[in-house]
Amino acid sequence: MATAYDRVRAARQSSRPTSYDYITGIFDGFIELHGDRRFADDHAVIGGIGRLAGRPVTVIGIEKGHTAKERVYRSFGQPGPEGYRKSLRLMRQAEKFGRPVICFIDTSGAFCGVGAEERGQGQAIAESLYEMSSLDVPIISVFIGEGGSGGALALAVADRVWMLENAVYSVISPEGCASILWKDASRAEQAADHLMLTADDALNLGVADRIIDESDIGSEDFFERIRNDLSHELDVLSADGSLAENRYRRFRAFGTYREREDAAEQ
Amino acid sequence: MPDIPFLNFLYKPRNELEKGGRAFVPAQDIEKEPEETCPNCHRSFPKSTFEKQLFTCSCGHHMRISARQRIGFIADRDGFHEMFRGITSADPLSFPGYGKKTETLRLSTGEDDAVICGRAVISGEECAMFVMEPSFLMGSMGSAVGEKITRLFEYALNERLPVVGFAVSGGARMQEGLLSLMQMAKTSAAVKRHSDAGLMYLSILTDPTMGGVTASFAMEGDIIIAEPGALIGFAGPRVIEQTTRKTLPEGFQKAEFLLEHGFIDAIVPRTEQKETIASLISMHRPGNTEDTDDGDSV
Repeated sequence: MATAYDRVRAARQSSRPTSYDYITGIFDGFIELHGDRRFADDHAVIGGIGRLAGRPVTVIGIEKGHTAKERVYRSFGQPGPEGYRKSLRLMRQAEKFGRPVICFIDTSGAFCGVGAEERGQGQAIAESLYEMSSLDVPIISVFIGEGGSGGALALAVADRVWMLENAVYSVISPEGCASILWKDASRAEQAADHLMLTADDALNLGVADRIIDESDIGSEDFFERIRNDLSHELDVLSADGSLAENRYRRFRAFGTYREREDAAEQ
Repeated sequence: MPDIPFLNFLYKPRNELEKGGRAFVPAQDIEKEPEETCPNCHRSFPKSTFEKQLFTCSCGHHMRISARQRIGFIADRDGFHEMFRGITSADPLSFPGYGKKTETLRLSTGEDDAVICGRAVISGEECAMFVMEPSFLMGSMGSAVGEKITRLFEYALNERLPVVGFAVSGGARMQEGLLSLMQMAKTSAAVKRHSDAGLMYLSILTDPTMGGVTASFAMEGDIIIAEPGALIGFAGPRVIEQTTRKTLPEGFQKAEFLLEHGFIDAIVPRTEQKETIASLISMHRPGNTEDTDDGDSV
C-alpha cells in the first residue's frame, strides 16, 4: 500500500506529464492566449482555446515544466497574482462566448514573494473564487499532480473535480504542517498521514468526484480516455439548466461541524 | 512637600496636612490603578486610559482585542443580537491534539469557535455583523467559521441587510485539512450572492488578516477598511523571508503598504470606526437622501 507521502512524492515527480502535455494530448488546435491585461504574462499558467472532440473549450493549466530550465521559466508552477488574473480573464471570456472551461492543476501553491504580495496575491485568489462560484458555463478541474492550497483552489471552484490516482490536494504542504505542528519539517511523512490529502481521501470527503487511473499515464490511450470522459461529462453539464445553483450547493455543503441543539437560531 | 526626596530634611511642615496626615492622601494613591504598557512605544498608562481610547495608544498602536470587546465598541447599547451560537468545530480528520485544543479553548475563551455573528445596530443603522476572535486558534477558518459566515451572508440576503465584517485570522485551519480549504470557496460564493442582490458588504481588516481569509471573504468587500498597522497578506512574512532569503522592505504587508498598493479603500483608526461604518451603511440604504438645509442651492 502506498503511504500518503508516497503519493506526495509521486505527485511531485518531474517526469509526470504537465499541463502542457495534457493540453497537447487531449485538445485539437489549441491556441494559447497570454497575459492578464493588468501587469504581465505569468508563465506558470497556460491558457487558451482549443477543441475537445470538436467542441470549442477554454483550457487553463498550471504548468511546472520538466527540465530545470523550464521549471525556472515556469516559476516552478507557482502562479503569481498575474496568473490568477489571466485565468479569471479567460474564464470570463469563456462565459461570454458560452464555452466550457477545463482546468489542469499542478502546483505546490501560489507564488511566495514580495512582488506577489505587492500585487495582491490574496485578492487575486479571492476574486477567482468569488467569480467562479457563479460562472455560467460548465467548469471541470483535473488535479494532475500537486494541489497546493488556495493556489490550487483558485482554479478548482468547479462543477466536477477529478484527480489522478497519485495527485494530492491539501490545505498545507506536509512539510509546512510538520514544521508548525512539531517544529520539524522532516516529519512531513507523518504529517501527510494526518492531512487526508490523497485522491482517495478527497473522494471520501466529497471534494473530488472521480479518480483517474494512471497505470498508462502519458500514453495515447490515457489521453484519449480523458478526452472521452471530459466530452461525456460536458454533455451532462451542458444539459444542466441550473449549473451555477448546483455549484453553489456543492460548495455550500462542505464542512463538518457540531451544532448544539439549544443553538439559538437567530 | 518638595518633589526632591533627598532635600526633605530641609523642609518644615507648616501644618498637619503637610506632615502627611491621612486626609491628605488622594484616593488613587490608596488603590493604585493598574497600568498597561503599549507593546509598540513601551510607555505605560492607567488601564482606564487605554479603555477610553478603545485599546489604542497615543503612539497610534492598536492592541489586539477580543471579538466581544469589539462588538461592545461598535454596536449600540443592547444593539447586538447574537446568532448561530452553538456551532462548533468537529474533528473530521482526528488530527493530533485538535479535539483537545478546541475543547480547552472553548472553556478558556467562552466562545464556540473563532467567529461571532449576529444582527447589529450601529449608531441606529441596522446590519448583519461578524467579528472574528483572535484568541481562538488565531481566528483560523475551519468548518464552523465558514458555516457561520456563510449563514450570516445568507441571512443578510434574505433580510436585505448590509454585512459588516471584522477579519482577524491566521488563515485556513490546518487541522481540518481540505474541509477548511473548501470554506474559502463556500464563503466566497455566499458573498457573491449577497453582492449580486445589490447589497453592501463592508470588510474591516484587523491585525493580522492572512492566508485563506485574505484569499477569500476578507478581500471581497465592496469597501475594504483596515486598522492602522494591521498585518495583511497571503503568505506570512517569515515564510517569505525564509523562501526568498531577502530582508523584507520596511512596513511590508502593513495596512499602510496595502493602501499604497491600492488594495484597501481606507485606514480608519478604531476610535473613528463606529462613525465611519454608520455613515457608510446610511449612504447605502435604499432611497436614502439626507435632508439638508441647503436652501440656496439651485
